[in-house]
Amino acid sequence: MDIAEMLSYGFMQRALIGGSLIAILCSVLGVFLVLRRLSLIGDGLAHVTFGSVALALFFRLHSFYLTLAIIPMVLACSMGILKLAQKARIYGDAAIGIVSALGIATGVMLASVAGGFNVDLFSYLFGNILSISSSELIIAAVLFAVVIAGVAIFYNDLFASTFDEELAKSSGIDTDRINAVLVLLTALTVVLAMKVVGIMLISALLILPAVTALQLAKGFKAAIVCAAGIGVSTVVVGISFSFAMNLPTGATIVLINFLAFLCAFVARNLLRRR
Amino acid sequence: MSRTVLDIKNLCAGYHGSEALKDVSFSVNPGDYIGICGPNGSGKSTLVKVILGLLAPTSGEIALLGTPQSAFRDWQRIGYLPQGLQFFNPHFPATVDEVVRLGRLAGKRFPKRFNREDAAAVERTMEWMGISHIKGCMIGELSGGLRQRVLLARALVNDPALLVLDEPTTALDPETRESFYKLIFEMNREKKATVLLITHDTATIGKYASHLLYLDKKVVFYGGFDAFCNSTEMTGFFGEHGQHLVCHRH
Repeated sequence: MDIAEMLSYGFMQRALIGGSLIAILCSVLGVFLVLRRLSLIGDGLAHVTFGSVALALFFRLHSFYLTLAIIPMVLACSMGILKLAQKARIYGDAAIGIVSALGIATGVMLASVAGGFNVDLFSYLFGNILSISSSELIIAAVLFAVVIAGVAIFYNDLFASTFDEELAKSSGIDTDRINAVLVLLTALTVVLAMKVVGIMLISALLILPAVTALQLAKGFKAAIVCAAGIGVSTVVVGISFSFAMNLPTGATIVLINFLAFLCAFVARNLLRRR
Repeated sequence: MSRTVLDIKNLCAGYHGSEALKDVSFSVNPGDYIGICGPNGSGKSTLVKVILGLLAPTSGEIALLGTPQSAFRDWQRIGYLPQGLQFFNPHFPATVDEVVRLGRLAGKRFPKRFNREDAAAVERTMEWMGISHIKGCMIGELSGGLRQRVLLARALVNDPALLVLDEPTTALDPETRESFYKLIFEMNREKKATVLLITHDTATIGKYASHLLYLDKKVVFYGGFDAFCNSTEMTGFFGEHGQHLVCHRH
């Protein structure tokens, strides 16, 4: 199948546009999350998304409305993780663990009690960007604008708190607020990323482009731009390849990302040896 | 009345119920160079954290540059250099000039954007610190001494009125340490910056500092070095040998 034919399908166009937008968000936020050792927050929020999807399905909501309904739930849970870590004297990773387990447990419980929507729920576990509808694409575009604007507005504060939280505080930066901004933006992104790679693989999309970029980048801004580039190219290649070869899209994207990471790792070591 | 740079009254602070500072009062005048010494756990770092607003005091008053700390917003007038970065990641992808420029964020209002003035200040400070030639290098690839110099540049980039340094030289070799002390001394002399320096290095600090603040949860001694050396009370506290070590100013 040639590229022109592939691009002539409406669903492929939507998938490539939506996938690229979401990939940029995941990669950019991933750089901050990885450097702050918050990588697993993506995983935790993904599990929360699972619970939220179950709740939405319970109320018979689908695609567009489902996405709209789970956004506030995931946002609230992301704040819950932060508050638990701050107030309950629990380390961040334990807080993520608690909220993440709560998400899965809620999902499983609802699926079992309500019955009949297991198939729907499991389709969200592995995602399918090829089935993204026009209205979902619009949500993705709007949230893309919101998240990118958020990162752009708080870029310097985010950079400062990522570099060293204490130093940032001593320059009068309200690091609690910046942490909240980062986690909220991540929550929005996770909801979108669910569509691309599925709940199970969201953290891969947040972590892999970022760590690949960190192997290569010489500077902070460079790392972010590089991560976004890697994210978009792996998603575009992954969608096209999986479509041509009839493979599951989410898994293909993740495996291609891992290959990209390996290449970057080898390249860096070769460059260093010179 | 000359305006004090730092005024602390009856300050108490601690962590989770244990008291690290008890009833600490002192004030610092413009241009002073205070060496803060004391044994481990004497509350030196706690004092710095409270001054910088990183830790809330349990009681007492702090005024920075004449303003009560709760109302203080001019953080660009205070430069801070920690012992090392809290969780330093050697693979952090930031260049030297990106790190120095972070110092210019202090006191900026929303939306915090850098302008030409910031760029000029960054260039000037890097020039002065002798790190211009490495401005494109990654911070993680530098030696410990150079990295501290970059962080010092970050602290100095706003020409602060008060410079707070928490054991900045512990990880450095003796030669680098000496040049570091000289740099801070210059800062104090030429730019009239007030300096608060925490150090374990009681034998060297007398060569540079104008005042000694000896802490052991409370203020044991605060004053000029001559007063310290002539104080019989301090001879009683430190023993003659201990006092001599500080006073000899090696």
